[in-house]
Amino acid sequence: MNALSVRGLTKTYHNGVQALKGIDLAVEEGDFFALLGPNGAGKTTLIGIVTSLVRKSGGEASIFGYDIDRQLEAAKSCIGVVPQEINFNMFESPLTIVVNQAGFYGIPRRVARERAEKYLRQLQLWDRRNHASRGLSGGMKRRLMIARALMHEPRLLILDEPTAGVDIEIRRSMWDFLREINQRGTTIILTTHYLEEAETLCRNIAIIDGGRIIERDRMSNLLRRLHTETFVLTLGKPLTEAPQLQPYPVKFIDEITLEVEVSTEENLNDLFARLSALGIEVLSLRNKVNRLEEIFMRLVEKGAAA
Amino acid sequence: MSTVLERYAERPQPLSMAQIRRVGFQTIVIREFNRIVRIWSQTILPSGVTATLYFLIFGAVIGSRIGTTDGIGYMLYIAPGLIMQAVILNSYNNVVSSFFGAKFGKHIEELLVSPLPSWIIVSGYVTGGLVRGIMVGVLVSAVTLFFTHLPMAHPVIVVAAAALTSVTFALGGFLNAMFAKNFDQISIIPTFLLTPLIYLGGVFYSISQLPGWARHLSLIDPILYMVNAFRFGFLGLSDVPVAEAFIIMAVAITGLFTAAVLLLDRSSGIRE
Repeated sequence: MNALSVRGLTKTYHNGVQALKGIDLAVEEGDFFALLGPNGAGKTTLIGIVTSLVRKSGGEASIFGYDIDRQLEAAKSCIGVVPQEINFNMFESPLTIVVNQAGFYGIPRRVARERAEKYLRQLQLWDRRNHASRGLSGGMKRRLMIARALMHEPRLLILDEPTAGVDIEIRRSMWDFLREINQRGTTIILTTHYLEEAETLCRNIAIIDGGRIIERDRMSNLLRRLHTETFVLTLGKPLTEAPQLQPYPVKFIDEITLEVEVSTEENLNDLFARLSALGIEVLSLRNKVNRLEEIFMRLVEKGAAA
Repeated sequence: MSTVLERYAERPQPLSMAQIRRVGFQTIVIREFNRIVRIWSQTILPSGVTATLYFLIFGAVIGSRIGTTDGIGYMLYIAPGLIMQAVILNSYNNVVSSFFGAKFGKHIEELLVSPLPSWIIVSGYVTGGLVRGIMVGVLVSAVTLFFTHLPMAHPVIVVAAAALTSVTFALGGFLNAMFAKNFDQISIIPTFLLTPLIYLGGVFYSISQLPGWARHLSLIDPILYMVNAFRFGFLGLSDVPVAEAFIIMAVAITGLFTAAVLLLDRSSGIRE
């Protein structure tokens, strides 16, 4: 069964902006799915329609088979959503916010309090449970919205840039938490501007641009399409010019930094053999950009040129 | 290790829509009650202070020189109207400020993404307005007892008139909040419409004391009927037929509730 299925979805705002131009998309139950796109591509509009915060202009959408036109209440009871903008009452405490949210989904207060403790502890907010939420840090506010979205244990969790503005340590702990939620059976749809995040967490991906899906594939298939990768080498001894490393194109950045382009069909051992033969000592090696980022930029630039 | 499908099988059965609606309604009401109590100095106290001032000035100082109205001392005559004024303004203000605050702070989205239908959301907020209206009504009644005795000729009419009036104006507050785009727009109606209608609705006088044209003009003020029904419950006298007051309230509640639910369904000013 598909957790989410949309067909021919369109949205034109009152100001005439056509945000979605006929989206077809299916997300399988149990998936960890990335929905990527540049700013203004239509990601948040798509999520808004699915969660009933935005009214569609045309097309169909269903959640676990529940049509949002005919069975909206059943469809909404399956979804937990973490929006891009902070949208809880800043004057209420985290405990009140999550317990009330559970109530809006029919969870009795006794059960809600037990779940609140579980999720607030897991997201390291339990010690701040009775403080006014306006005093929480940016990362804590993001985690509070995740806890709130999980209170009714939704089958589909939609995260719209959940780690925006969160430091790397907290971001990685949130990744672990989301992986665990997904492994327990919850389908997750993630939008993010951190492409490393999507590459690390997601199994399938769709790229949306200009209101249309321009790519939909397994993450591994998409990454395989990248024919070359660029590595940045930091050298132990300075050079005065770029060395000859045929067949690898080399770019001289500065006396201790080189950029080397390597085909995905070639292995790095051969590159290192050539470097050793020339007496070049390599202290460290890193990708110039994240692989997904490179494909993403190519696809979006291609779309813009078309 | 269990499969994804096995893990789904371990999940509890989905809740019935009836339970979701019942618990959801209770949650909105509890949240509204907690809000009223949390900011009691803004929600409860001012009406008690205002009522005390009214009784001191209009009742004790000026009222003693006015004599009787319909054979009743002035302090006692204005008491039901002052209680009703507090009920009307607090029911209205509670819903308009709470719902508009939720819209402004975007936490109304917590309810909009939930499976609760619009009529439950409207009912929850209106019940919150009713709770505050009645709490303040009881407080002002208690203040009244410091200044005059308060007979209750028809207790059922007192309770029914207070509750229906409160619901009517709570619904009015909800509609105001739906249309409001900024905080100015939630204070315009209470200041420039409700307060004049209350003052001209027979709180401080009987319309039988007015000249003919003013008496006829007063009859188009719906608050006149509510105040008089409430006064009838306490004192057993009214300028208008009490049955008419209840018909007006029933029609107003039906119309306003339908409008509020339809507007929330269409989400004018909330959903894009």
